Amino acid sequence: MSAHPDSAAVGAPAVLAEVKPAVLPRPVLVANNRNYTWITDKICSLIEGPTPTWWWVCFIVAIFVASFTIAGLTYLVGTGVGVWGHRSPVNWAWDIVNFVFWIGIGHAGTLISAILCLLRQKWRTSINRAAEAMTIFAVACAGLFPLFHVGRVWMAWYLFPISNANAIWQNFRSPLEWDVFAVSTYGTVSVCFWYVGLIPDLAVLRDRFTLAGHNLRAWLYGLFAMGWRGSNRHWRNYEMAYLILAGISTPLVLSVHTIVSFDFAVSLLPGWHTTIFPPYFVAGAIFSGFGMVLTLMLPLRAIYHLEDLITQYHIDNICKITLATGTMVGYAYAMEFFIAWYGSNPYEGFAFINRAFGNYAWAYWIMITCNVITPQFFWFKAVRQNTTLVWVLSIFVNVGMWFERFVIIVTSLARDFLPSSWGYYSPSIVEIFTFFGTFGVFSTLFLLFIRFLPIMPMAEIKAVTQQADPHGGGDRH
Amino acid sequence: MSKAYGIIAAFDDTREIFQACEQVRDAGYTQWDALTPFPIHGLDRAMGLRRSKVPRLSLIGGIAGFCTGMALIWWTGAADFRLIVGGKPYFSPMFAFPISYELSILFTAFATILGMFFLNRLPMHYHPVLKQPQFARATSDRFFIVIEATDPKFDAARTRALLVQAGGKDIVEIEG
Repeated sequence: MSAHPDSAAVGAPAVLAEVKPAVLPRPVLVANNRNYTWITDKICSLIEGPTPTWWWVCFIVAIFVASFTIAGLTYLVGTGVGVWGHRSPVNWAWDIVNFVFWIGIGHAGTLISAILCLLRQKWRTSINRAAEAMTIFAVACAGLFPLFHVGRVWMAWYLFPISNANAIWQNFRSPLEWDVFAVSTYGTVSVCFWYVGLIPDLAVLRDRFTLAGHNLRAWLYGLFAMGWRGSNRHWRNYEMAYLILAGISTPLVLSVHTIVSFDFAVSLLPGWHTTIFPPYFVAGAIFSGFGMVLTLMLPLRAIYHLEDLITQYHIDNICKITLATGTMVGYAYAMEFFIAWYGSNPYEGFAFINRAFGNYAWAYWIMITCNVITPQFFWFKAVRQNTTLVWVLSIFVNVGMWFERFVIIVTSLARDFLPSSWGYYSPSIVEIFTFFGTFGVFSTLFLLFIRFLPIMPMAEIKAVTQQADPHGGGDRH
Repeated sequence: MSKAYGIIAAFDDTREIFQACEQVRDAGYTQWDALTPFPIHGLDRAMGLRRSKVPRLSLIGGIAGFCTGMALIWWTGAADFRLIVGGKPYFSPMFAFPISYELSILFTAFATILGMFFLNRLPMHYHPVLKQPQFARATSDRFFIVIEATDPKFDAARTRALLVQAGGKDIVEIEG
């Protein structure tokens, strides 16, 4: 047995002469060591190139699907809210289910752009632009439902504190009024945040179109680029503004879904009147949003060959967040049941037994399967590396989260306190059309986005590459 | 008419422009700028720039938003049209809080964005460095330093020499 080299110095203090910290390589965020020029060319080429055939096919299909919403809403406005399937006791149903579903999807975009920015998760750069676009379009789809559920949509401005002929003001004690402010603030701030992020990239396109001699396009992109010229004196204020927007969007996104959950939690209805709702809704929203991010980004990555920008590391991270939030949602389901039993309120207990084993048990078990079991597959690396499988699982997440809202809203209302007031809700064809069509509305907007705007923030991606660090230390400094 | 706006020099990577900025800063110039396709870590200090003033405007926006929310709910509910709803008080900061909170965020966002535009003097669609196509690469993959002729230390020959010494390439004068 040979002596250890250090054991020669018997009696010397047991410390190393020199500390050599292990070099822990960070995952590269842009694969194949692509340079700035490649990043600019790659992302701009998606806009500058001719419109691909698949885009036209998707766009026409999306417009066709969107026409279902237009038809459904036109019929509703022309006839009355009675064309939806809401009947006492279920006076809230698909309208609010769809509203919460879409607004929840939006939350992942803000999480990526704001919370991950504050946490310095640099991998967010590749996906944040598209995820923010997803947020805005999802909020637009969400807004349709409460807007038209008010019945006389031309009176929707009554929701805002604008002086009207009755001289009466809104009831600011109501969570529904809080929701008006929360959602409209959320939509506005999301658009602002998105636009601020776009400014440097619009300047890139302005300059490229100028060089290529496309004057009209150069003028249009230039108009919105605000004369951005990459000045470091501007970047200083810009980066600070971006950081502040991230800082305020974080409490905003948490408050929006908290207030959405107040729509239910502040009522006295068994199944709704629980304190777990705000965190549970926020976790669910992020879960569903990341599901939608995967649903959108994986096809984009494949079609546009963005594998160097959305690497396996990015997919792994998205899957892991989906897993974490999905597990939180599963915990919340279990805890709701536990509290229903532990709280000893017979109505609360009944509401939960009824959810799992009553008339709507089918919806409950779809929800459990999709939301609790599906994300558990993401524990496995082999699953995360199989993009087709990840995409399929992301669809299950979307479906499951829609059913979660359905279960919460409809099962709680369908069983009133007195059995004489019990009911069973089914949607009317008009509701189904309207909801189905919102996928077309969303897709139309998203297709326009990927055709006309840079789908990734070029400046931010360049800033996280190895060569961007003036001190040559990768992303350490 | 075409008075010189300044002298511009190109650099190929972040390390070069970082060191060049430190040299220009140390030479005592004040009216100059770096044009980069993305924000470079630490370049503010290399240029001798102070911390951005945007947060002050954001704070004002946030306070204004919160006060607007509280004032709106107090005035509509407890002053202009007093109406008892659910036996609750006409005004309480408790139920006014969620809306005031949202308005704080909304006004902070507006103040931040408008403040950023104001401090940056944007929109400014016309600018000497936007006139010539070779500088378009400043938004894509090249880095530039421009020293303005209005700088008190500006001297066409000596400023050019400084930029050459700092490693600048393709040094040219640009017209105003």
